[in-house]
Amino acid sequence: MITLTDVAKSYNSEVSIGPVNLQLPAGGITALVGPNGAGKSTLLTMIGRLLGVDRGAIEVGGLDVSTTKSKDLAKIVSILRQENHYVTRLTVRQLVGFGRFPYSKGRLTLLDEEIISRYIDFLDLGGLEDRYLDQLSGGQRQRAYVAMVLCQETDYVLLDEPLNNLDMRHSVQMMQHLHQAARELGRTIIIVLHDINFACHYADRICAVKDGQIAEFGTPEEIMSDDLLSRVFETPVQCINGPRGRLACFY
Amino acid sequence: MQKKIRRPGTALRTPRVTQVRHGASAFPTSAAKRRYFTILLVMVVASAAFGFGLLAWNNPAPYGSSGFWRIAEMRTTNVIIMAVVAFCQAMATVSFQTVTNNRIITPSIMGFESLYVAIQTSTVYLLGAAGLIAFSGTPQFLFQISVMVTFALLLYGWLLSGKYGNMQVMLLVGIIIGGGLGSVSTFMQRLLSPSEFDLLSARLFGSVTNAEAGYLPIAIPLCLVAGAALWFNARRLNLVSLGRDSTVNLGLNHRFETIKVLFLVSILMAISTALVGPMTFLGFLVATLAYQFADTYDHRFVFPMAFFTGFVVLTGAYFVMNHVFYAQGVVGIIIELVGGSVFLYVILRKGRL
Repeated sequence: MITLTDVAKSYNSEVSIGPVNLQLPAGGITALVGPNGAGKSTLLTMIGRLLGVDRGAIEVGGLDVSTTKSKDLAKIVSILRQENHYVTRLTVRQLVGFGRFPYSKGRLTLLDEEIISRYIDFLDLGGLEDRYLDQLSGGQRQRAYVAMVLCQETDYVLLDEPLNNLDMRHSVQMMQHLHQAARELGRTIIIVLHDINFACHYADRICAVKDGQIAEFGTPEEIMSDDLLSRVFETPVQCINGPRGRLACFY
Repeated sequence: MQKKIRRPGTALRTPRVTQVRHGASAFPTSAAKRRYFTILLVMVVASAAFGFGLLAWNNPAPYGSSGFWRIAEMRTTNVIIMAVVAFCQAMATVSFQTVTNNRIITPSIMGFESLYVAIQTSTVYLLGAAGLIAFSGTPQFLFQISVMVTFALLLYGWLLSGKYGNMQVMLLVGIIIGGGLGSVSTFMQRLLSPSEFDLLSARLFGSVTNAEAGYLPIAIPLCLVAGAALWFNARRLNLVSLGRDSTVNLGLNHRFETIKVLFLVSILMAISTALVGPMTFLGFLVATLAYQFADTYDHRFVFPMAFFTGFVVLTGAYFVMNHVFYAQGVVGIIIELVGGSVFLYVILRKGRL
């Protein structure tokens, strides 16, 4: 379980987040949605301890993220930011191998290699594992990054807009992989999404963030209502029943 | 590393057993590994050849006689100084580029060399030529090093730990302080008499032949300690090279790692600068070549390659200048010229910083 208690962060008098009180249960996929600048990514990076909080406390799996040692947290929670750029030239396999750092401290054992192989195959990267990251397409590269954080084998996986810049096919594949990781590997995945329809279809819970506050939190069925979405996104939204579940129309 | 994978869990698909799975370690293929060790061997042989060439070429006594060895011994000091400078510049630049996450800057940019120039210039300016001559020897050397390391620690400690502390701000402030110190030095140099200026410029040109052999008993252990500390940090450096977010995510304290490495870098740079003066582009040249030759993320392989490359560049440049062009004094200038050209080439080819 991830617990946020009175969490606040202020950049200046106009831009601030919180105080946020939120409990995200373990298991499944939780999607953070909301308009641009609402504070979704900031909340996520604070949970992932990449950004400090000004006030309040965040607990992940019972550990306070600001006082627990970073190396212990690295076995509990992993986070993938939106922008990833590395100056070093790495192959897919080497990148995924870095996910084992909390356990191996850089000395990869045969067991580590085996785990790396498993996650490479889990994300269908087997044929690409010796390719360098700069030789991959955006979708393939994104899969490699996700393979790295999954290879970290943490209970909680935080992903900041993993569908960014992915086409229809790759977005669906990515969500299916994540769905599988949540179901079959028992991971708790918190994901920032922009497309409410993706959130509705793949997430178990949706958390709507607006103006640095939690606006709504519930199951996709509860969130997918016309006036709720129209209010959160400040855009007229109409929800209809599609062939595979509810769909939000806002075009 | 090749091995067969057995299926351990239920949730994950069985990896294809028939496929050869290479390790995730330093080299993706065994061909890459072979390539690395071949180039390293070439570098070691070239180092030995140039090193020996500097000792033996134009040695008037016949090979093997006692006179030959006496002359060679006198030249050994220079070769040792080149090894120390190559070691310092190579280790410092590679580590610095890793923690700053930038393959184009060198530690000199942080104002180390301007600080060296400022110390030397203000000595002449305030104490005169006699002061400059009196201000030499081991105490001066230790003073230089401690001032530079203190300066670096204050700057890094202050800039990286504040509320807005980040690498970009630190680099920018470093560049501005470096530029400011350079201007102050230039101003003081304007006011010097020509003879004092002449004395000073002899000190400011990077030159191995100017270096004081008496510094070596202090310089060698110091740089070995700093180098060993970096070496044992190599696996952490591999992770730090992925940037702050990945480093924190994978469980290292990024700020602590950065300040630790920058402290060691400042010791190495201070030794090199205090020994032979400013060498702006040598480190850059060596590190860039070493990345090309080593072609791995793993610092345990980049460091040795960088050291031997640096030694080959320095000894090779001196050998060619001394024995082919008979232009002993300009070696530093030539290295800077070549280094600067490589710098421009890299920027133009990559099209970005």
